[in-house]
Amino acid sequence: MHSFFKLIIYISSIINSNTMLAQIIFILAFTLAIVAFTISIRKIIRNINLGKDINRTDHQAERWKNMLKVALGQSKMTARPVAGIMHILVYVGFIIINIEVLEIIIDGVFGTHRVFSFLGGFYNFLIASFEILALLVLLGVFVFLARRLVLQLKRFSGVEMTAWPKSDAIYILVIEVLLMSAFLTMNAADYKLQQAGASHYTLAGSFPVSQFILPLLPTDINTLIFIERFCWWFHILGILAFLNYLPFSKHFHIILAFPNTWYAKLAPKGEFNNMETVSHEVKAMLNPSYTPPAIEANNKFGAKDVQDLNWVQLMNAYTCTECGRCTSSCPANITGKLLSPRKIMMDTRDRMEEIGRNIDKHGKDYHDGKSLLDDYISREEIWACTTCNACVEACPVNIDPLSIILDLRRYAVMEESNVTGSLNAMFSNIENNGAPWKYSPADRFNWANK
Amino acid sequence: MIQVPTMADMMAAGEEPEVLFWVGCAGSYDERAQRVTQAFAKILTHCNIKFAVLGTEENCTGDPAKRAGNEFLFQMQAMMNIEVLNGYNIKKIVTACPHCFNTIKNEYPNLGGHYEVIHHTQLIQELIDAGKLKTENGEPFKGKKITYHDPCYLGRANGVYEAPRKVLEVLDADLVEMKRCKQNGLCCGAGGAQMFKEPEKGKKDVNIERIDDVLESKAEVVAVGCPFCMTMMKDGVKHFEKEQEIEVLDIAEITARNNNLI
Repeated sequence: MHSFFKLIIYISSIINSNTMLAQIIFILAFTLAIVAFTISIRKIIRNINLGKDINRTDHQAERWKNMLKVALGQSKMTARPVAGIMHILVYVGFIIINIEVLEIIIDGVFGTHRVFSFLGGFYNFLIASFEILALLVLLGVFVFLARRLVLQLKRFSGVEMTAWPKSDAIYILVIEVLLMSAFLTMNAADYKLQQAGASHYTLAGSFPVSQFILPLLPTDINTLIFIERFCWWFHILGILAFLNYLPFSKHFHIILAFPNTWYAKLAPKGEFNNMETVSHEVKAMLNPSYTPPAIEANNKFGAKDVQDLNWVQLMNAYTCTECGRCTSSCPANITGKLLSPRKIMMDTRDRMEEIGRNIDKHGKDYHDGKSLLDDYISREEIWACTTCNACVEACPVNIDPLSIILDLRRYAVMEESNVTGSLNAMFSNIENNGAPWKYSPADRFNWANK
Repeated sequence: MIQVPTMADMMAAGEEPEVLFWVGCAGSYDERAQRVTQAFAKILTHCNIKFAVLGTEENCTGDPAKRAGNEFLFQMQAMMNIEVLNGYNIKKIVTACPHCFNTIKNEYPNLGGHYEVIHHTQLIQELIDAGKLKTENGEPFKGKKITYHDPCYLGRANGVYEAPRKVLEVLDADLVEMKRCKQNGLCCGAGGAQMFKEPEKGKKDVNIERIDDVLESKAEVVAVGCPFCMTMMKDGVKHFEKEQEIEVLDIAEITARNNNLI
């Protein structure tokens, strides 16, 4: 361990004494991070495009408004005030502190130090705001950690919350603690160097939070420079690494929340789409002279696997951050049934990822003989749904688990006729008597004579 | 007994109604829901609304089939109903069933059925606002604790939360909200075709969970606006043997009773 630190100090002394080398390392790391991120994103886009086409580009003004309100404005988050307010702190901190990251990138590429400091008083204001926000982010993150580790809220457990989803959440929070701590320590060291009159560390910035770390830092200039540089590198490399963690994590919602709210259903929640392929067949049945347009040979009614869902439903699955607000408001789940809307979304995503891995390994025509229905989501789950829309209402980023449940039911009913006897009886009652119960149509108006 | 004109009668007389009352299957056949249908028909008659029903020409909207995944059956029902409705040149529909309301309002237009569709609680609210129904002297419910259970297909599905509550506000009663209400309202357990099947395995039935909310609110009257909710809440109250203490009534029945119509 001791020699490991010696090595780091040795390497950093070389990097610090040679700004050109530092610039090259920075540009390489930055480029590598962007390339790796692009590769991951392209895979996710490919997986989302496994889904069927759906046109969701109507009413653009309303879509922009929804995105601004729900994703940027976090309007649905505060339905649960504690989590909602803490989330807004972390989120606002995250967005605004990214202005600081912009400065770090410029400094890294051009070998400058605090390049925006020419802004003078406004720069001081910016740095001061970042520091306060960083502190609030830490506060929020500690509350989140406490909710998961100490209070162990029920919402964060459940059958679908296996080892990985649980640790994913903790990793994200720990990374945020580390990044914010590095940011504040970097500022503190910088401030101390400024006060000591070290060269390159010109007076810039205002440090309302990190000034309290000052007494904890050593006074030796070289050690301070090491701390400042180490935190600087840790902060920016940490951010680049975190960026590349996103596509493998539930934290990806920070990106997909925006398109997801933009493409979300605008119709009333109770409106379920009318299947066009069915309309053609029904019209042809009611009117023999109607000629339905030709449909694709492999077209199925409803969904058995993720390719039968549309791409918005698949994007929903990648957007899910597993918060469990849907499941905790689901009447079926509350009363102990197997159904959990969060699991529906996670299963859809996991199945999509599995198909993606199959494509990578065996090419795009490979079939593993598995499917979303049965191998991931059971019949018992889909038939427990009351279609009450509580999950859709609860989702802070407008995910629609209900539409997936309905498409799976459609497959079970229309492709397989695999449905419980009482529902079959209901169907035949409607067909034969025009009512879901076994009553005679002739008696329909009897209520008026009572 | 009340005089309820059918569309066929109206057409034969060369007349057109202001509004078609879509009764729905539960409202037509279910004994408990029939009393709601009668109460609402009495309200319409009392307010001199020129209305009609389809009578034996009415047919299931297809809602339970659609929610259960049988899109074929749904669209068959929808297209047949649209043919009847368009044949009578129907412009406006009122119904006491949120499932019929949602289906006709949202899912029929795309299949060729364009109507103005309102829920009966919305029409009752309009009638109160227009001064056609009593707005005070709520003797039958004076001081009673009343809570309103939001039907999923009226509330979350279509955003109608206020009309039923406004109707209850005129009663001079003590309105209380359950802890889960409006957007967060808990389902009665009957939606999505659950009405027609046994529930999946679980710790308890959804309506029992919901009655816990009712008991907590200490309400003496549970106001509902949906025939399925009516059945579920009634069964739930019965489960706790609270039939003597808690009455489950539709908004139409409450209004009719407040106006001495039933």
